[in-house]
Amino acid sequence: MEKKKLVLIGNGMAGVRCIEEILKIDRDLFDITIFGSEPHPNYNRILLSTVLQGDTSIADITMNDWEWYRTNNIRLFVGETVVQIDKEKQQLRTDKGRTVSYDELIIATGSKPFILPVHGADKKGVTAFRDIKDCEMMMEYAKTYKKAAVIGGGLLGLEAARGLLNLGMEVDVIHIFDYLMERQLDPTASKLLQRELEKQGMNFLLKKETAEIFGENRVEGVRFKDGTEIAADLVVMAVGIRPNIDLARESGIAVNRGIIVNDYLETNVPHIYAVGECAEHRGVVYGLVAPLYEQGKVLAEAICGIKTHPYEGSVVSTQLKVSGVDVFSAGEFMEGEGTSSIKVYDELRGVYKKVVVRDGKIIGAVLFGDTSEGRKLLEMIHRNEPVSDAFQLSFFQANSTTQSTVATMADADVVCGCNGVTKGAICQAIVEHGLRTVEEVRDCTNASRSCGGCRGLVAELLEYTLGETFDKQAMKETVCGCTTLSRDEVIAEIKAKKLKYVKEVMSVLGWKTEEGCSKCRPALNYYLSMLYPGEYVDELESRFVNERLHANIQADGTYSVVPRMYGGVTTAEQLRKIADVAEKYNVPMIKLTGGQRIDLLGVKKEDLPRIWAELDMPSGYAYAKALRTVKTCVGNQFCRFGTQDSTALGIEMEKKFERLNTPHKVKMAVSACPRNCAESGIKDVGIVGVDGGWEIYVGGNGGTHLRAGDLLCTVKTAEEVIEMTGAFLQYYRESANYLERTSKWVERVGLEHIREVIFAPEVRKQLLERLDQALQATKDPWKEIVEKKELQETLFTNLQAKVPVNR
Amino acid sequence: MARVEIGSATRLVERLGKCVKVGGMELALFRLSDGRIYALENRCPHKGGDLSQGIVSGEFVFCPLHDWKISIKDGKVQAPDHGCVKTYKVEIEAGKMYIQL
Ligand code: SRM
Ligand SMILES: Cc1cc2nc3c(=O)[nH]c(=O)nc-3n(C[C@H](O)[C@H](O)[C@H](O)COP(=O)(O)OP(=O)(O)OC[C@H]3O[C@@H](n4cnc5c(N)ncnc54)[C@H](O)[C@@H]3O)c2cc1C
Ligand code: SF4
Ligand code: FES
Repeated sequence: MEKKKLVLIGNGMAGVRCIEEILKIDRDLFDITIFGSEPHPNYNRILLSTVLQGDTSIADITMNDWEWYRTNNIRLFVGETVVQIDKEKQQLRTDKGRTVSYDELIIATGSKPFILPVHGADKKGVTAFRDIKDCEMMMEYAKTYKKAAVIGGGLLGLEAARGLLNLGMEVDVIHIFDYLMERQLDPTASKLLQRELEKQGMNFLLKKETAEIFGENRVEGVRFKDGTEIAADLVVMAVGIRPNIDLARESGIAVNRGIIVNDYLETNVPHIYAVGECAEHRGVVYGLVAPLYEQGKVLAEAICGIKTHPYEGSVVSTQLKVSGVDVFSAGEFMEGEGTSSIKVYDELRGVYKKVVVRDGKIIGAVLFGDTSEGRKLLEMIHRNEPVSDAFQLSFFQANSTTQSTVATMADADVVCGCNGVTKGAICQAIVEHGLRTVEEVRDCTNASRSCGGCRGLVAELLEYTLGETFDKQAMKETVCGCTTLSRDEVIAEIKAKKLKYVKEVMSVLGWKTEEGCSKCRPALNYYLSMLYPGEYVDELESRFVNERLHANIQADGTYSVVPRMYGGVTTAEQLRKIADVAEKYNVPMIKLTGGQRIDLLGVKKEDLPRIWAELDMPSGYAYAKALRTVKTCVGNQFCRFGTQDSTALGIEMEKKFERLNTPHKVKMAVSACPRNCAESGIKDVGIVGVDGGWEIYVGGNGGTHLRAGDLLCTVKTAEEVIEMTGAFLQYYRESANYLERTSKWVERVGLEHIREVIFAPEVRKQLLERLDQALQATKDPWKEIVEKKELQETLFTNLQAKVPVNR
Repeated sequence: MARVEIGSATRLVERLGKCVKVGGMELALFRLSDGRIYALENRCPHKGGDLSQGIVSGEFVFCPLHDWKISIKDGKVQAPDHGCVKTYKVEIEAGKMYIQL
């Protein structure tokens, strides 16, 4: 018998999920064709926020890869848009002129971002935040431009803003109302949220209505109705979405705000169904995946001829995917007539919780700062549960129990909100299918497959169900994709098996690739050099170009040369030498760096050794994972506020620690009073002179993730500064992940822990001994290359072609 | 077709690339761990990066500018990125390297 032809318009999250449900019911019922306007297989749109925030890559968000379509015999046309449906002939036509007929047709065209109808909205540099293309555009812009404006202070706008901050842009968020996320939060929660996001660096312009976007060729700024304006190189519009119903309307299918469907997702035209954000059910259009997936399941059954469970609407809950912010909201969260509410507001901990009650039953909730009860509340709203005394009691208790949350959940409690997967279903799948990892649970049950917010809970369930046999492997951070081992495991194995070479480590420890990759090779090279100071021979071919050639590669393939100027202090003689060299080699740019020294930019690779020889100054290591600069202020030699000789200490520190390889670059500064002119507060190690002593700050960072340093301790003498700094550095060298700056490391291991280690006199002594061993093994790399002809030959000279001979 | 001599094969160290200008073009030459020598056009399809200075792993080179992974044997850019680099045949005769253009 010939199969019935099923066509899906819209290769997105709701439509493809519905197809998956159909295949689960009967793989052989239909001959399936899918059209999608975007040039990608179905991907997880939700995770675009995570991609923009830098936690995932675009490559990792595919949900159904090309192979999936092939193995399920689905004909897929991407980059192709359906432009017409002929409901009489049961045929449709695409923008590529293709005509296809159907027996059953699903419309899942999603939504279109709403673009404000203001002048200039079509300028270059204005974008929505909806698909991969938008996301790529923003990431590209962030490389060149600095100022971003996000119009819209809802979920999407705030997630976009957080992403742009992570990409290093300054971000203004413009919102028309006087508080953020008004569709999900009440004013109290919203103000808490605003305060937290401001701390993260967002700037808010509330009660501002956009009048115009201006600029010559591309965006230069936004003007508001009140006459004020701001500058912006990138404008992201996140002011809402509109169901994508043009095709349906033009084809004569009944629409309102969305395509009107009944409880079986049927439109008014026989054999045509709609599902997802384009559909309107009982007057409601949903914009979150959980209800869309519920719809998909009902439609799959209906289309396969099983009309048992009608779709009766959903209660939705939302969470904001911004790191460091926990908010949750569900149901009817605003007090109104006939409702009362229970509230907990702990200003000190920044926790706010509210549940709204009508007729003794919970109908909505807002949580800020502590969202651990979100799932439970959503369940209670679903089940129309009355508020018990026990509930009230637990609600008022601060969430300090260390008991695992999963143990107290009921089997029917939902773990994955997006996909509606319960604790019971997950535990059963783990046992029945012998699942071992979060990924296996995801592939088997769909839990954690969408927004990923429940990954932690799924891991806890694995541990809870499997007990001892649970393999924590699955959750750990590995060195890179070439191995399943973490940094600590690799180091332990190197020590235990006394491994000595990068290749040896990879083959003995079962690397998946023969020669590793650009991530693990430099990392292993560093770990080995740290473990065997003076003995390990640095492997040139496992070094990133900058550290192999001891110069920084530029966009055009030339290099930069930054000689050391200890403590930012120079002499007429040094300056003369630099000037001479720059002139002789036609250096295109001489620049003062942000690290108080001079950069010669645009030098040809072949000229590097000669320039170093003529400069006859030590390398400034401006390219290395090592000590970069020690910035200093003038100090008490000249400054009227100076309490200490900061330049002398800075020079001493730079001479002591220069050339030391570290997991990532290390920057230091010494200021002679708390005015902090050398910016000691944002350095890996920052010293501040005070009357009678020095304060030592650690873990500061002035780069991508701005972080103020923590006060490690205050000491009396310069010797003590050197001693504490040395111990701190060595402990960092021995325990940080490769490419982990001190700011991240201090946060990960904790300042208290670092103090415990380096304040113990015996431990400190040993750390300092190992540090000295490492320091003794270093040589100035420029000098070494200048002296070694073979090294110059191997690394710096190009091959020469002989004049061609014709054959 | 032109055949160009580009110097002695011993000048190539395993897994350390070198570049050579031939006519108006620049080539990157690599000797892999198995001793074999390959040549590619020395321009990353992304933003023109100097491939000869990339980290070589197995048959792949990682562009030094933004870490694209490119096969040295056939020039194919590896997922998630797309593109292709032209490859050239290297012949070795009496210890000298020749390139077929
Ligand atoms: C030359 C200099 C800019 C300048 O003209 O002033 C510079 C230039 C570069 N910086 Fe920087 N940074 C320079 C001071 C800084 C500072 C300011 C400072 O040190 O006081 C910072 C913020 C402070 C900090 O790091 O905490 C800074 C934060 C960064 C970051 C972000 C680091 C982070 O952890 O977030 C990167 C990217 C990285 O290292 O991965 C970076 C990377 C770079 C690189 C090496 C990009 C690269 O990998 O190619 C740039 C090389 C340009 C080139 O082609 O030569 N540069 N960079 C400054 C050299 C100082 C020096 O004398 O050594
Ligand atoms: C940045 C971001 C973050 C989000 N975060 C969350 C979250 O945390 N939680 C949550 O639940 N939801 C979230 N969402 C919403 C969620 O992604 C959507 O609800 C969901 O993707 C809607 O699925 P859909 O299939 O209806 O539409 P889509 O996924 O948009 O799919 C529709 C597809 O149809 C294509 N199409 C349209 N017309 C045609 C045509 N005529 N011919 C062919 N193809 C066509 C479109 O190009 C599109 O690819 C987020 C959305 C974004 C953009
Ligand atoms: S020098 Fe630093 S701030 Fe300037 S473009 Fe390069 S990395 Fe960015
Ligand atoms: S130029 Fe090669 S990766 Fe960007």
